[in-house]
Amino acid sequence: MNITLKVWRQKNKDTKGGFKTYQADHVSSDMSFLEMLDVLNTSLIKKGEEPIHFDHDCREGICGMCSLYINGHPHGPLQTTTCQLHMRTFKDGETITVEPWRAKAFPIIKDLVVDRSAFDRIQQAGGYVSVNTGGVPDANEIPIPKKIADEAFDAAACIGCGACVAACKNASAMLFVSAKVSQLALLPQGQAEKKERAEKMVAQMDSEGFGSCTNTRACEAECPKGISVTNIARMNREYFSAMMTSYEVVVGGGE
Amino acid sequence: MKLESKVPEGPLAEKWTKHKFNLKLVNPANKRKYDVIVVGTGLAGASAAASLGELGYNVKAFCFQDSPRRAHSIAAQGGINAAKNYQNDGDSVYRLFYDTIKGGDYRAREGNVYRLAEVSVNIIDQCVAQGVPFAREYGGLLANRSFGGAQVSRTFYARGQTGQQLLLGAYSALNRQIANGKVKMYTRTEMLDVVVVDGKTRGIITRDLVTGKIESHSGHAVLLCTGGYGNVFYLSTNAKGSNVTASWRAHKKGALFGNPCFTQIHPTCIPVSGDHQSKLTLMSESLRNDGRVWVPKTAHKGLKAKEAASIPESDRDYFLERKYPSFGNLVPRDVASRNAKMMCDEGRGVGATGLAVFLDFSDAIKRDGRKTIEAKYGNLFDMYKQITGDNPYEMPMMIFPAVHYTMGGLWVDYNLMTNVPGLYALGEANFSDHGANRLGASALMQGLADGYFVIPYTLGDYLANIGWNDKVGTDHPAFKEAIEAVNARVNKLLSIKGKKTVDEFHRELGLTMWEYCGMSRNEAGLKTAKKKIQELKAEFWSNVDVLGNSNELNMELEKAGRVADFIELGELMVDDALNRAESCGGHFREESQTPDGEALRKDDEFTFASAWEYKGENQPEELHKEELRFENVKLTQRSYK
Repeated sequence: MNITLKVWRQKNKDTKGGFKTYQADHVSSDMSFLEMLDVLNTSLIKKGEEPIHFDHDCREGICGMCSLYINGHPHGPLQTTTCQLHMRTFKDGETITVEPWRAKAFPIIKDLVVDRSAFDRIQQAGGYVSVNTGGVPDANEIPIPKKIADEAFDAAACIGCGACVAACKNASAMLFVSAKVSQLALLPQGQAEKKERAEKMVAQMDSEGFGSCTNTRACEAECPKGISVTNIARMNREYFSAMMTSYEVVVGGGE
Repeated sequence: MKLESKVPEGPLAEKWTKHKFNLKLVNPANKRKYDVIVVGTGLAGASAAASLGELGYNVKAFCFQDSPRRAHSIAAQGGINAAKNYQNDGDSVYRLFYDTIKGGDYRAREGNVYRLAEVSVNIIDQCVAQGVPFAREYGGLLANRSFGGAQVSRTFYARGQTGQQLLLGAYSALNRQIANGKVKMYTRTEMLDVVVVDGKTRGIITRDLVTGKIESHSGHAVLLCTGGYGNVFYLSTNAKGSNVTASWRAHKKGALFGNPCFTQIHPTCIPVSGDHQSKLTLMSESLRNDGRVWVPKTAHKGLKAKEAASIPESDRDYFLERKYPSFGNLVPRDVASRNAKMMCDEGRGVGATGLAVFLDFSDAIKRDGRKTIEAKYGNLFDMYKQITGDNPYEMPMMIFPAVHYTMGGLWVDYNLMTNVPGLYALGEANFSDHGANRLGASALMQGLADGYFVIPYTLGDYLANIGWNDKVGTDHPAFKEAIEAVNARVNKLLSIKGKKTVDEFHRELGLTMWEYCGMSRNEAGLKTAKKKIQELKAEFWSNVDVLGNSNELNMELEKAGRVADFIELGELMVDDALNRAESCGGHFREESQTPDGEALRKDDEFTFASAWEYKGENQPEELHKEELRFENVKLTQRSYK
């Protein structure tokens, strides 16, 4: 296959970037998209040109590191991660446009590499159950109905890649945040802190500069792990009930 | 140098309990006076950093990825073993211990392995309390399965994403400590050296991968939780970033490297499709429960999967069922891998490259119906189709073995401390618990055992003994020297401006390792490999081409440093494989086999763990042997006939 690539190149966060066009010839349809870029990069190095920087690690669709915006879709035309996209999905002679995730809360570091540390800070705000190592009950002392456990798992399958933000016209992180809020709100282990968790994670999300959710469901349509927007509904419910009954609100109202 | 394992005396079942009592404690009010450095944030690193933060130590944690959640532990599929005996099927701590020692082909310490089995039960409790969504039965209790040929159902799992869910659990505990201010997290930061002063570990040198800034960090102890070195083979199931650099730099600062030649090769991976191949994808070995492995009886060059149906039943060789009637397709990983290679060596391999065998589900689909097979393996079948374009419901899969895990690693004692005081190694980075072969679902167990339940005790003892005043600041000349050395190396890599890319060197190293130090090894081949690797090293340092600068994100530069270390490690692996003239576990020496071609262990000569000492640039390393004593189990030869 012969492919024309239009790739976003940007030296660093302070420099203005732009598209550059490359010709990738002799592309095998068995290659993954990232392998096609590897081969292109080798040819660039041979010409003395700096290779295209992009994030990737496990290359088996689970670490969430790869993050290319291909032909107007996060992770490209299929509902997979970029690393699981293969060249047989494209046509010989096609022109493919490759961009980084575009969101204010994900500043560009270089070329196609963006800074997603905002996601970590949201998790640090409350995406956990406060238990120390040791001193926990026997695992089977907490029975959980299979249906609930499965639903919690569906939410927990999020890989934190940020495709939901990249897909959203508002660059909203609601799907990502709601996946963790949902997982822990569904499980008995998460009950003790569920109010504070919803409040704190939403507050952190807002402070990072992500946009609001307007229910377009683009996030769900593009999520490589099929995380459902039902989680957003569940988080909204958790959040409103927390706002109305949380300790902070009660104390604040009494003063 | 005398290697002291520090395994406590006394009955096996009481060793850890007694040891914990004998370990010194740090007063709760004094814990904040100690600084601990944790490198790597996979299962071992994240669990250790979180647990130590909870105890009150000041922790600095480092990972080269953009978030601690990306560590390659996340990719583990199958499950985690624990001796809970929830199934009432005869499991016990002793049985898990016994299976692990035997599975490791009697090349691990009894004391360590027993402790691993003992704390395995606590891991499951801990993970459930964190909200890890393990599979459950309709009654709400935890589900188990038998894994990797085990006779009891002791494996806990979370669909095919057990590693992901366990890592996200440890990551959440780590996040809580970051929020509490007890752990300071450095992402996109790579460790490039260990600083040792007066025989004690005093800190590390790092490079900020975004700005290129080289920095020093001092601490009372350093924990390396940096994973395995499977990428020395270039193609492996490891993540692209997985590397040996932290362990290797520690090795060059005096830490012994244990059993480097012990690597695990997994039989059910998707075959290589061409020269562009960048990594290999593993499929869970549970596939062998229903899939039948075969090749044609006579060579059919380039046989495609969709043509498999044209080979009549009478012309098929179900070689595992033929050679191992009692275990059949469920023989252990090393046996299955080696036999697949033998078929391909005979020219009977299938696919465009001839380096693949069939894994056929047509009988299982006929017997159980497509729906049942879909329920069991649907996600794996989908993944296979995604990558290869072939539909395994209609034609057999093609599989080939791939490097998956490294049992070797930094030598550590019972306290997980290397021979350099204050320097620890946890998880896959150490050599300790799996001997010459790791059992399925035991890697996750070991990573979390080390981080949650061993290091919080053993580290306290070391810190209490040295005291909080025993610390060296980053203004010490040793830190300045180390920074200069790291800078010099970075500048050297950028200044060579040769003709070959880093990947070209890495591929070449990988091919040599795979050919001569892979599934089967012999003296002549290993000697050839040693010569080739030495030549490659010389060529690397005179002909590698690394573009760009050191003061920016430069992924070629990162790779170059890692590949340079892999080349040196490769030579040590070959030395270790040459020295171990026996077959054991994943290490098959062709000179040491039974008359019918099975692995032959030589217990009289080789019942030891090898521990190699670095002696300087281009000097041969010195071998130290830790004799292994077996007081509880009897050494037997494995047989799967």
